[in-house]
Amino acid sequence: MSTVQETTATPVVIDGVRGGPPVRTLRRDRWWVGPVLVVLGLSAFAAFSTWAAFRGNNYYVGPSMGRDYLSPLYSPCIAQICQYKNDAIVGSWWTWSPAILVLVFPLGFRLTCYYYRRAYYRSFWWAPPACAVADARPRYTGESRFPLIIQNVHRYFFYFALIFAGILTWDAIAAFRFPGGIGVALGTLVLVVNAVLIWGYTLGCHSCRHFCGGNLNSFSKAPIRHWLWRRLSILNGRHMFWAWASLIWVALADLYIWLIAIGAFHDPRFI
Amino acid sequence: MPDVTMQVWRGDAGGGALEEYQVHAEEGEVVLDVIHRLQAGQANDLAVRWNCKAGKCGSCSAEINGKPRLMCMTRMNIFEPGEAVTVAPVRTFPIVRDLVTDVSYNFEMAKRVPAFAPKPREPDGTYRMSQEDVERLQEFHKCIECFMCQDVCHVIRDHEDNKANYAGPRMFIRYAELEMHPLDTVDRRPLLRGQAGLSYCNITKCCTEVCPESIHITDNAIIPLKERVVDSYYDPVAWLGRKIRRRGRRKATG
Amino acid sequence: MAEYETHDLDVVVIGAGGAGLRAAIEASAQGARTGLVCKSLLGKAHTVMAEGGIAASLGNVYPDDNWKVHFRDTMRGGKFLNNWRMAQIHAQESPERVLELEEWGALFDRTPDGRILQRDFGGHRFARLAHVGDRTGLEMIRTLQHHSVHQGIEVFMECTITRLLITDGHVAGALGYWRESGRFVIFRCKAAILATGGVGKAYKVTTNSWEGTGDGHALALWAGADLIDMEFLQFHPTGMVWPPSVRGLLVTESVRGDGGALRNSEGRRFMFDYIPELYRAETADTEEEADRWYTDRTSARRTPDLLPRDEVARAINTEVKAGRGSPHGGVFLDIASRRDPDYIKRRLPSMYHQFKELADVDITAEPMEIGPTCHYFMGGVRVEADTAASTVPGLYAAGETAGGMHGANRLGGNSLSDLLVFGRRAGLAAAQHALGRPRAAEIDAAQVEAATTHALAPFGREEGENPYAIQQDLQDCMQRLVGIIRREDELKEAQQELAALKERAKRVKVEGHRQYNPGWHLALDLDALLTLSECLTMGALQRTESRGGHTRDDYPKADDELGKVNMVIRRREDELSIEAEPLSQMPDDLKALLEDPH
Repeated sequence: MSTVQETTATPVVIDGVRGGPPVRTLRRDRWWVGPVLVVLGLSAFAAFSTWAAFRGNNYYVGPSMGRDYLSPLYSPCIAQICQYKNDAIVGSWWTWSPAILVLVFPLGFRLTCYYYRRAYYRSFWWAPPACAVADARPRYTGESRFPLIIQNVHRYFFYFALIFAGILTWDAIAAFRFPGGIGVALGTLVLVVNAVLIWGYTLGCHSCRHFCGGNLNSFSKAPIRHWLWRRLSILNGRHMFWAWASLIWVALADLYIWLIAIGAFHDPRFI
Repeated sequence: MPDVTMQVWRGDAGGGALEEYQVHAEEGEVVLDVIHRLQAGQANDLAVRWNCKAGKCGSCSAEINGKPRLMCMTRMNIFEPGEAVTVAPVRTFPIVRDLVTDVSYNFEMAKRVPAFAPKPREPDGTYRMSQEDVERLQEFHKCIECFMCQDVCHVIRDHEDNKANYAGPRMFIRYAELEMHPLDTVDRRPLLRGQAGLSYCNITKCCTEVCPESIHITDNAIIPLKERVVDSYYDPVAWLGRKIRRRGRRKATG
Repeated sequence: MAEYETHDLDVVVIGAGGAGLRAAIEASAQGARTGLVCKSLLGKAHTVMAEGGIAASLGNVYPDDNWKVHFRDTMRGGKFLNNWRMAQIHAQESPERVLELEEWGALFDRTPDGRILQRDFGGHRFARLAHVGDRTGLEMIRTLQHHSVHQGIEVFMECTITRLLITDGHVAGALGYWRESGRFVIFRCKAAILATGGVGKAYKVTTNSWEGTGDGHALALWAGADLIDMEFLQFHPTGMVWPPSVRGLLVTESVRGDGGALRNSEGRRFMFDYIPELYRAETADTEEEADRWYTDRTSARRTPDLLPRDEVARAINTEVKAGRGSPHGGVFLDIASRRDPDYIKRRLPSMYHQFKELADVDITAEPMEIGPTCHYFMGGVRVEADTAASTVPGLYAAGETAGGMHGANRLGGNSLSDLLVFGRRAGLAAAQHALGRPRAAEIDAAQVEAATTHALAPFGREEGENPYAIQQDLQDCMQRLVGIIRREDELKEAQQELAALKERAKRVKVEGHRQYNPGWHLALDLDALLTLSECLTMGALQRTESRGGHTRDDYPKADDELGKVNMVIRRREDELSIEAEPLSQMPDDLKALLEDPH
């Protein structure tokens, strides 16, 4: 195999005079609706999750209330000060909210996610705010240098995200545990849906699709990976849906558990 | 259909403006029909580039009401009655005249793409590839080179200086089809990382939005290329893996 | 002589469709300094519109297929008027040309064992068309374009050639203008290859784009070369008819191949009323049998909806004239009631898209309205089979511009293969010819001055004709009088109208300046369009028989004597002349191949 580093750079026209009216955009539709919604959505989540993460209490509904629910924002709960279980990794010296210890991973996964990048580059960065609407800033180097070149670590966050998806699945299974045996309550369903959405988002990740088959050139020589790649491609095609659905649900799940924990809501049991 | 109001940009490198025309339009017509009627009647010298008028050659790209579109595939009935329709040349390339721009940037970038270099043929003089191997690449081969993805890409649309070192979405799908080709033997990843400017793309997906062939430029070409570049440059685990495998091989042969 | 931008080349290729690109690649590979001049941007040529595939007897689907069968099919399809040697070379070399395309990066659909898949098409005994879904032409032109980028070919885009410059009877160069600036440019060369496609724009309803104005044919004729078989014009039976904006746009033959049926306004499948004697034995005569044929090829005979293109086009024409047409002057092509929506969308994605987007018609729910549309010129520049050399030294022609290969009627799929086979042959021969000449001939300044003066004349006129109006009237005349069915009186009327149009064209006036001025470009294209329309009418009048793509109402039968001659058109001293000249004799071993094996 030969490797090409550079080719003869044929000259291109730079600074040619451009045609069309010299305005920011000629679009007359409401192109700003999308960015505005994204700003509102992401800001709301940021505000909520900051509150939720620093709250440091009422993230667990334990046997005393006849349930076994852990808020996904606090899972896995690995500090000594955790309100439940005793599989602590971090000692009692950690006195802040245990959520802060683990949130960096899912946050990093989402921050470097190809979908979220698109969303915040457009709506927060205005590079560009919408298609055929001019960038806000005169200079632009994309992800070619520090700090944005760090976006390339996305796949490492993906590895952690896999572990987290597993843990959240375990949490969902644990939610079937009731003092008298196995059962189902509304909280169980909330955590099951949460796990499903997290899996949908994690497996639909572009990096995942790449490892599972996208990096091959001859699918015919690896039929299983090709099969996997095709399935993941379907999921990946709806990555935006999974990204939002799982994001909103995580917040809702935490809110729900908090409501039960503070006794504001009684979790109805079905089975 | 009553007459329509068309605002067409007329001008050249010396300057220009949107000019308003009242043009007759008939049922079922597309923007290009109306432009042609204008040309045959009120504005004989209106410059416009077009060929097949069937959405297959990608010549008649323009910005209609601010959005890059093919004039031949934009039906007049999508506009509100009475609404003036604005037709301007694509923004990113230097103007020649009226709706015609100098798209040579794209052809220069095409020259920089290292050629396809296949493995030798099978003993019977043919190549073998299975349908699933070619299917992924056939999506990229649907490209009609309308260059609207290049036009809408803010990397060069809003930052002229980036043109010197940025291949653009159209060329990225070209790189992708070569990099993923089961017969190809050239590694273009260093080039993508460097001179072709893949990292300038911030995957905001406007190229995919405007593609008249519905090619998933970002998801199926650009991001997979970015991942391949990460494989060889930004992934310490992969780097270590390669190192070990190479050493293993050396031991096995040595 | 005034100063003009001048480029010195060995070989100049005019036209950058499949044939032009292939020719340029070959000429360059031979070491000739090659220039490729095209009216549009590179990669926009009409080849992108081809849908079906490239005919080549690879034998991947039917191992029994070989060049001999392909040769036979081509000759029968062309009603034996083909240049036999061209048909032979074409059949022999097309498989290698297809494999070569793959070597350059083309991605054809595959068979289960990984070879190139081949599809059935009208007139081909075996499934023979290498294809990529329904966009084979795009694949071909893009592959050639990408390959050519690295071959050191100089490409001159958006440059129109208006005259060939001839010195002492040999090609010395070509004069053109840049569309962008309107400035003239001279390509000094030792050989020129014409690959400019057809003359479809002489008609109102056509599958061709604005480029199909017959430039190559006209350049050759004006340079003194012979044209043959100009009367043979293929009307594709199924083009869109509504809305007017897309009238003529191609609807692929595969619609019928996949189960679509033609019906008139009474709902009758009228093709059963038009089965010609020649095909009666192999065509179904009941609807039940025709429908069964799609799944059962042993006991059922072929549906008459899939008779050769000329037969179907004529039948539709007759139905419409008899008042049994659709509301917009076509007939109905119905696949909606015959196949389920998923099947239609899977098999005919681009047709579904095309009707949905452009006509608001959902072809899975309602029938299409279709009618014949001008598609392909079988006739063209008379060339030597092996070298593609015209009768003018140093001048070559390939693709639709060259005549002879397809005889009186072309088979679907034989066009793309023709482009590759003879594009390469033309490039090879032109390069060898050019490299064998020590220097290019001197350009005759008087010719350049005459041509540029003529080209600029429309700007100087105070009063004059609108070029668009002349083109519209020309298209109307040809459509009305030199259409699918021709008659002596109508052809003569056409000749008179054409003479009047030529007079009007002499007074054409354009507004504005030379920079990217489409009105002016059209005014210049009119020269070729009018000349070719005249040639076509002349040939049609001369050939007093019906054969393939030429149907005379007043001579409805084929004439055996006329089946042995080409109609050769020449221009001498500004006058066109036409003469019947005998076909060359086919060797006996090839003759034997034409016998039906069954």
